[in-house]
Amino acid sequence: MAEIILRDIEKYFGAVYVIRKLNLTIKHREFVVLLGPSGCGKTTTLRAVAGLEDVDSGDILIDGKPVQQLEAGDRDIAFVFQLFALYPHLTAYENIAFPLRATSESKASVEAKVRAVAKSLQIEHLLGKRPSALAGGDMQRVAIGRALVRRPKAMLMDEPMGALDAKLREEMRTELKRLHLENESTTVYVTHDQVEAMSLADRIAIMNEGVLQQVGTPDDVYHRPANLFVAQFVGSPVMNIAAANVKADGSRSLLALGKGAAPFEFPKSLIRHLSDAKANDLTVGIRPEGVLVSQTETAGYVPVTAHLIEPLGAYDIVDLKVGAQLVRARTASGYVSKVGARVWARLDPAQTHFFDTRTTDSLRIRLVDGAH
Amino acid sequence: MAGVLDTSPAARAVTRGWSDLTIRNVFIIPTILFLIIFNIFPLIYSLGYSFTDFRASVNEPANFVGLQNFRELLTDERIWNNFWVTAKYVIVSVGGQMTVGFGLALLLNRAMPAKGLITTLLLLPMMMSAAVVGLFWRLLYDPSWGPLNYALGLGDLAWLSNADVALYAVAITDIWMWAPFVMLLSLAGLSAVPQHLYEAAAIDRASAWYTFSRITLPLVTPLLLIALIFRTMEAFKTFDIAYIMSTQPTTELISIKLYKFAFQEWQTGKSCALAYIVLIMVLAITNIYVKYLNKVKER
Amino acid sequence: MAHIRLDNVTKKFGLHAAVDGLTLDIADGEFFVLLGPTGAGKTTTLRLIAGLEKPDDGKIEIADQDVHQWSASERDVALVFQYYSLYPRYTVRQNLAFPLKSNARNCSQAEIDERIARAAKTLRIGHLLERKTDRLSGGEMQRVSIGRAIVREPRAFLMDEPLSNLDAKLRESLRAELKELQMKLKSTFLFVTHDQIEAMSMGDKVGILNEGKIVQVGTPYEIYNKPKNIFVASFVGSPSINLMPAELANGHVTALSGKLKIVAPRSKTNGAVTIGIRSEDITVGPKEQVAAHIHDVENHGVEKIVTLRVDDQFFKATAPSSLELKIDGTVKFSFNPDKLHFFDAASGASRA
Repeated sequence: MAEIILRDIEKYFGAVYVIRKLNLTIKHREFVVLLGPSGCGKTTTLRAVAGLEDVDSGDILIDGKPVQQLEAGDRDIAFVFQLFALYPHLTAYENIAFPLRATSESKASVEAKVRAVAKSLQIEHLLGKRPSALAGGDMQRVAIGRALVRRPKAMLMDEPMGALDAKLREEMRTELKRLHLENESTTVYVTHDQVEAMSLADRIAIMNEGVLQQVGTPDDVYHRPANLFVAQFVGSPVMNIAAANVKADGSRSLLALGKGAAPFEFPKSLIRHLSDAKANDLTVGIRPEGVLVSQTETAGYVPVTAHLIEPLGAYDIVDLKVGAQLVRARTASGYVSKVGARVWARLDPAQTHFFDTRTTDSLRIRLVDGAH
Repeated sequence: MAGVLDTSPAARAVTRGWSDLTIRNVFIIPTILFLIIFNIFPLIYSLGYSFTDFRASVNEPANFVGLQNFRELLTDERIWNNFWVTAKYVIVSVGGQMTVGFGLALLLNRAMPAKGLITTLLLLPMMMSAAVVGLFWRLLYDPSWGPLNYALGLGDLAWLSNADVALYAVAITDIWMWAPFVMLLSLAGLSAVPQHLYEAAAIDRASAWYTFSRITLPLVTPLLLIALIFRTMEAFKTFDIAYIMSTQPTTELISIKLYKFAFQEWQTGKSCALAYIVLIMVLAITNIYVKYLNKVKER
Repeated sequence: MAHIRLDNVTKKFGLHAAVDGLTLDIADGEFFVLLGPTGAGKTTTLRLIAGLEKPDDGKIEIADQDVHQWSASERDVALVFQYYSLYPRYTVRQNLAFPLKSNARNCSQAEIDERIARAAKTLRIGHLLERKTDRLSGGEMQRVSIGRAIVREPRAFLMDEPLSNLDAKLRESLRAELKELQMKLKSTFLFVTHDQIEAMSMGDKVGILNEGKIVQVGTPYEIYNKPKNIFVASFVGSPSINLMPAELANGHVTALSGKLKIVAPRSKTNGAVTIGIRSEDITVGPKEQVAAHIHDVENHGVEKIVTLRVDDQFFKATAPSSLELKIDGTVKFSFNPDKLHFFDAASGASRA
């Protein structure tokens, strides 16, 4: 049982304001990912929950009890470090046994618990080895084993896959998620990798410069980003962002990216939504999969040229030149034949996001694709 | 394109002065010559003398006497006594240095004001000349007006002329002088222990003592062993401090005996033999340490 | 002007051959990516070409000249490292000027200024020129490192995982920038990476290296769609290609202990094979063929990656993000028969 509540957390490093009035509740058994670029305060937040860092103001509550006065060891949480922090002179077995032996558990009980954890992580054959003899993935399994063996109230993980290579990371993701399903311990996981966040989290908390930007399910943050930062941080390739202006044109409205570029067609309702939202300057955002590309001239599509093609195997990412603006589109593999080719493109209104340029906040306008 | 100046990189290379190899040789060869003339040659030459009855003070050719020098030395009870004195001295002095030095390192291994200044001050004894240190401590130890007896209220304890105490008095001086060396190495070892291991231990609910004995100590052991090797070797051949501070037979270390053979009795051949015996002993001891060190490092 | 050729090059460290009889041909003006896992010999290959290591055997040619006797500086290639090796405490301008100030190069101050201005414009670091390098972000530092390579106007650019220390977002944008840069400069790029996305998205050609040997060289399209063996197939593509044992008999493939039966699209010899299928070639939905247990669902926003289980066989499929999928539930799937890869069960070589 563990619910973690962060209330108005503030933290300074010298004059640097690293956590700014952070409020976040992590529910019992929930898997929450703190996501953000390096230096956004996510690791500091995690370390504050663990008791490895003091906060300057605010409350941290674990199961309703304030824990600021407790030492790290007394908070009954486990921590998995980025570089695993395995004790280099101890074997895998001794590493996993360490937290039990440190509190003088009986030898038989230590042995039973270590074996049980090793079995669930499938590292029984590695128990006699020292960390230097282990591969990256196995080091991490041992580190997780050391965290799990105590059955802590909560697991805190600081970029545990940062040191692993891409292929291994994919495997470990699935493993970690299954582990969470089986152990159901409350987990807070810090990463700068949005793919990890999207695939692991029940909820994602996105931070930037010490400020919490948005908390929501992976679907929320991907499909309904609260501001430009979240919109651009989540999703790969990154969402296209451009200043835009919209004008009415009969039964439709026309949205132009910059001056002189051929405008894209949008439903007429956009004009009304925009005037309701009272935005001054408008920025539109659209993910590459929302940019529809056609090889032939099609009604509602504007002519563009292919500037750069990145073949990624399953699909291609094509940079299209729309006037002076580059717009990235996701197409079927090999769909656009070569750089310089002329194709036609359209922005899917249902996948277009609208932001206030000045505040960078989302205007929360959701269009249905009415044009076609 | 005949006639055009070849400016290709390969052409440029030919005109460029010394190659890397030449430069390397220019630096290395004088050093090697120096080593041969002043180190390796005398070493071999003295090995030759150790099998003779050569006396540097007498203008007579050396006679080959085989292993006689070695036989005499190894059966001489007084020599064995010198070795016994040396052993006691090494154990007390090195043991003290390790304890005090590591202790100081533990105290200093934390953020504290004026840490740099304190460390520098603690290192001062090590930088002084042994002769100066010896003379200075002789004053400190003086039974009638030395500040040490006054401060400790020991009356007129004659540190350096009391046969039972003299050796330990010298050892204390040596500890004072060389504990900083152990401290320096220990500090390097302690600061190399990654901070995240201590954080992991804190999360794992390890007590301070448990953290020290299970994490700190094993991880600095290799550097402590290196300090131990250096200090044992040095202590084994201590001459200056003991020679300056005391004339008691109980402080006659093997190197003092060696000095007397060589330059007071002029038994050059015999002293060469004794020097070789000492060399072999030191090598044997350090070899044991190094073996153990390698074993520790393998883990 | 740098056509780079390696002919049967071997480099040993002790008994271990880091590069083992490697033959490689990189055309002038080509963006060539060497892709392989850690320890495959990629970096050693790069260092051999740069002249930082000497081969034990074989020949290295740059612009049709044997460069065996040439030192690193004489080869006139630029190397960009994983760790941006900028001189700290110097400004960006001083860092960029550094390689031009060497005596061997003999550049006038006017020319130095001009070259720096041009490089700064190409890399969009003009506003950083007077800044000290320790005040730069990771992406800016790596741009300056590349800038230092550009000002020299070398015959070829060798890059050793220059993006791997940057965070994901930055990596993505620098990928496109580097590709554009190469198209603009039209010079030879040899880029080493273990990240298959970098290789696919930037390379004109990709060479896959394993245990010091070239396994396959081809365009990204060829590498992805016509892998020579299981190693290439599973190294390229994310998520990894699904591999499973199957039986070929009478024009049919049977897999998943008989639960899956597909018409073999081409004439194949009968017997045991390993089949490979990429996640996007497996369709998931209520109307499909075979039922599977849902082991894991990863939401990637644009799509979902589901890990399915049939008996003891796990495999991953791509599903539209709108599809409802619950972990530990059941769903039906089918394989696209046209996209099956066939590999020899014993050797792993492609049977296409």
